[in-house]
Amino acid sequence: MTRDDNPGRDAVPAALRGGGGPDGGRRRKRSGEEPMVPRAQFQDYYGKPVIKPPAWSARDIAGYFFLGGLAGAGSALAAGAHLTGRTSTATALKFSSLGGVSLATAALIHDLGRPARFTHMLRVFKPTSPMSVGSWLLALYGPTAGAAAVSAATGLMPRAGAVATAGAGLLGPAVATYTAVLAADTAVPAWHGAHRELPYLFAASATAAASGMALAAGPLRENAPARCAAALSATADFVADRAVERRLGMVAETLRTGRAGRLRRAARVLTVAGAASAALWGHRSRPAAVAGGLALLAGSACTRFAVFAAGIASATDPVYTVAPQQARLDEQARLDERAGLDERAGSGELGG
Amino acid sequence: MKGNLLSGPEPDPSTDAGHTDAPPRVGFFTDTSVCIGCKACEVACKEWNALPEDGLSFSGMSYDNTQALSASTWRHVAFIEQSAPSAVPTPEGRAELPLAGAEAPGTDGGQMRWLMSSDVCKHCTHAACLDVCPTGSLFRTEYGTVVVQEDICNGCGYCVPACPYGVIEQRPADGRAFKCTMCYDRLGAGQEPACAKACPTESIQFGPLDELRERAALRVDQLQEAGVTGARLYGHDPQDGVGGDGAFFLLLDEPAVYGLPPDPQVTTRDLPAMWRHAGAAGVALAAGTVLSFTLPSVLRAAASAAASAASAASAALRGGGAR
Repeated sequence: MTRDDNPGRDAVPAALRGGGGPDGGRRRKRSGEEPMVPRAQFQDYYGKPVIKPPAWSARDIAGYFFLGGLAGAGSALAAGAHLTGRTSTATALKFSSLGGVSLATAALIHDLGRPARFTHMLRVFKPTSPMSVGSWLLALYGPTAGAAAVSAATGLMPRAGAVATAGAGLLGPAVATYTAVLAADTAVPAWHGAHRELPYLFAASATAAASGMALAAGPLRENAPARCAAALSATADFVADRAVERRLGMVAETLRTGRAGRLRRAARVLTVAGAASAALWGHRSRPAAVAGGLALLAGSACTRFAVFAAGIASATDPVYTVAPQQARLDEQARLDERAGLDERAGSGELGG
Repeated sequence: MKGNLLSGPEPDPSTDAGHTDAPPRVGFFTDTSVCIGCKACEVACKEWNALPEDGLSFSGMSYDNTQALSASTWRHVAFIEQSAPSAVPTPEGRAELPLAGAEAPGTDGGQMRWLMSSDVCKHCTHAACLDVCPTGSLFRTEYGTVVVQEDICNGCGYCVPACPYGVIEQRPADGRAFKCTMCYDRLGAGQEPACAKACPTESIQFGPLDELRERAALRVDQLQEAGVTGARLYGHDPQDGVGGDGAFFLLLDEPAVYGLPPDPQVTTRDLPAMWRHAGAAGVALAAGTVLSFTLPSVLRAAASAAASAASAASAALRGGGAR
């Protein structure tokens, strides 16, 4: 590592570098990515992160966010298709949900520091741990989605298959949205800061992926609901994404810059293009339906990888941890001061 | 103490965790005003806990080559070189030697000074690492401290980003998460933790947390009176975002200068709200799915109704024209 890679590791701490304007004491690591919001002035410890970013691999965990969403929302769509007699689409979605949840589980186990101990996940049930809740949810949902897919593939036990389809359809939305809580219940500024909005973004992104799968894999005559879901979810995705950005304030620059910024821009283009293609031409043209579906799938994956990358970026630079906390303290101090002044003014009136 | 189990003041976390007849909660008070940066605490911790070596690198960060707390570093002495905002009071009868090169960086009238602080796991009253651990590997001991059971941990790594102080970490070669145990084994034998035992200046003080808080309040008053205006306590307040730390500090500058978060929060505080939002989002997903299956047929029905109405109207018009 050269000194330029990490100028924070300087023999002279930030405190001594010329009084440190916003970028005097604080440095920008990557050129060409100037912050869009003026940075609060503070002295950090040699530019070292205050919190530790997760050691999770993007492929495994962001990949899991995507696959879990695809599987979960796919089960909900599959239940609808099953109920309305759209058998080909229902079967395709049941397969993709089983495939998604199987791959997702493999990714989760692969990401463990001690994969052989994955059964320890079911040692306890802890509502305070989104990962524990999620493990139990997957343990219920996985076999249910599996039973639905196997019954659809073999034609065996159609009644049990219908029950499993309904069960997976009910558990699916929970599988698709709990992952937002999993990310948000951490000290990572870009994730916890948006803990109210992230579940809606994940729900919309999951529905976009599942409708994309239905469009790509289902026949044209059955795809009216998928086209509707694509249009709805692309709209919801746009709204939720803006809500996340607004809520994050200065931390939102981790969503706009670097790897996360590139992924997010790609996600926006792919999702809008995919939904438009599906909604406008998806009922007439097979290529338009397939291309729109694939674009929606890719857009959903980009959204999850963007959120993941923004989280890592926000955990790695101490400014995103310290500045919002300092702003909170300053605001509290201002409120306390005003309350104190009001009290004194009130007592002064009484004395007068 | 129902209602304060996720955040806020909680006087007796070990009893709330299910321990009966728990001994008084213990902790560390690290008084950085008397820290001399000798790193005896780092060495004693490594020795006693048999922690592996974790890199012999030259960081260029003053005398700090340790750089941060980690899976294999459970005490970390921070070194900050800065120009003091105001003259540091000199004790009477002590000769002051000029620091080499002192006039170079501290040009704005202040003196050159070193801040040294031995950082450690805070053993929070509301420990996010413990809250989010899915295996039950992290637990609250009878002493009110937070410890990882290494035979249970499966290395999921969730505790790592959950910690608002960046303390706990996975050891790359091992996979599992490790952090300070406050020498759980020594506490059981009636001994103080190795770092406190080794500290030559009593910068690291170990004892019942209530006693330490009283002692710290006296000490900070004493320093303030002596003119050390920057002296402040950090992590001592049960009203703070983590319900108070089991290991708290007396600092001489802003927490961020030492690499500490100014206002850490246990994120589990917001977990009920997060579950509510996730539930609402799940319901919205289901509702959107139902809508997707009903809306097209409704639209189609409406369109055909409109078409038939239109054809009826045009038929009526045509009928009118024929008459």
